[in-house]
Amino acid sequence: MELFGIAFTALLGSNIILSRFLGICPFLGVSKKTSSAVGMGLALTCVVVLSAIICFFLDKLLVALGLASYLELIVFILVIASFVQLLEFFLKKYVPSLYKALGVYLPLITTNCVVLQVCLDLVSNEYNLLQTIVYSASIAVGYMLIIVIFSHIRTRLDNQEMPKAFKGSAIALITAGLMAMAFYAFSGFSF
Amino acid sequence: MKNKLKIFLNGLIYENPILVIFLGMCPALGTTNTVENAVYMSLCVFGVLLFSNIIISAIRKIVPNEVRIPVYIIIIATLVSIVDMLFHAFLPYDVYQSLGSFISLIVVNCIILGRAESFASKNNVTDSIVDAVGYAAGFAMAIIIVAFFRELLGTGALSWAGNSVQIIPADYAIKEFAKNTGAFITLGLVVAAYTVIMNAVKQKKASK
Repeated sequence: MELFGIAFTALLGSNIILSRFLGICPFLGVSKKTSSAVGMGLALTCVVVLSAIICFFLDKLLVALGLASYLELIVFILVIASFVQLLEFFLKKYVPSLYKALGVYLPLITTNCVVLQVCLDLVSNEYNLLQTIVYSASIAVGYMLIIVIFSHIRTRLDNQEMPKAFKGSAIALITAGLMAMAFYAFSGFSF
Repeated sequence: MKNKLKIFLNGLIYENPILVIFLGMCPALGTTNTVENAVYMSLCVFGVLLFSNIIISAIRKIVPNEVRIPVYIIIIATLVSIVDMLFHAFLPYDVYQSLGSFISLIVVNCIILGRAESFASKNNVTDSIVDAVGYAAGFAMAIIIVAFFRELLGTGALSWAGNSVQIIPADYAIKEFAKNTGAFITLGLVVAAYTVIMNAVKQKKASK
């Protein structure tokens, strides 16, 4: 039940894009086509879950060494950046089809703040390993859910008449605001 | 001198990070619920951007090309850790709390790494300082405008360090503006307004 609560809050209750405002640059940048939104979502899910597990163990090590308070951030971002590189090499060599599908989205993930935020959260919420996996997976799926729904809305927006100044990102932001209002309904649940 | 002014205005107006090239949007939504938060967030970005530009342009000839991105990331992460600890020590505690992890997340803010990669790594220190000031001012201008409208419309009052002035009666305030819906919608409207102004200016210049 506790795990379900963590998953529900991460997925819908306080969604990472709509109520915590993270990962907005890729959210606006790669949501123009549904196929690229799905690619970004899948790549992000891989990276978030695996780097959260790595950071979980590294944090235990840092705490044991007594360095956690001032090295945490530097270690986490280095782990994420090098992990994304490694994953890229690995996929290129062994799973070329997936590598092609993820394409340019993989290197972009290093600067997606969702990954770093998940690692920082699992430290500040003191999650154990199982909670870490459930939490990071729910955050990533929540991100993918919103970006895919949003890409469908955006493909329809392209054909609409609107004032010139609103074309592109301005109308996208307003649409996201209306989506946030709809998802606000989920924030009332508690488990 | 004219060249310096051009670099400064480029960051402030023509390539405004938030309103024109849409980089570093997360703090523009997450820390704009009050003007006070927005001002401190801008200060934080200014500090990190200034020192990262200075350091990176100073070492640009020593760093091998292949490892430049990891080197930049370590420099930026170190600066952010320093700023985070300084803010924790000297800022009012409730402001530090409400900025929350947005300070740590400056590490992955594309404005900082973007300027390091596309400007500081190619230009001398003085130009890089001007560039950092320009972009930080552009960032500050955008998020303070957004925060001003959100706070005014959301609460009807403007506040600073615990003192607040009620401008619109609280009954007429639209609470949605202080929440997440208002963040997206206000930023969208500000972007649209900025586009209108810039297009008008461009047309006027073209007709001259």
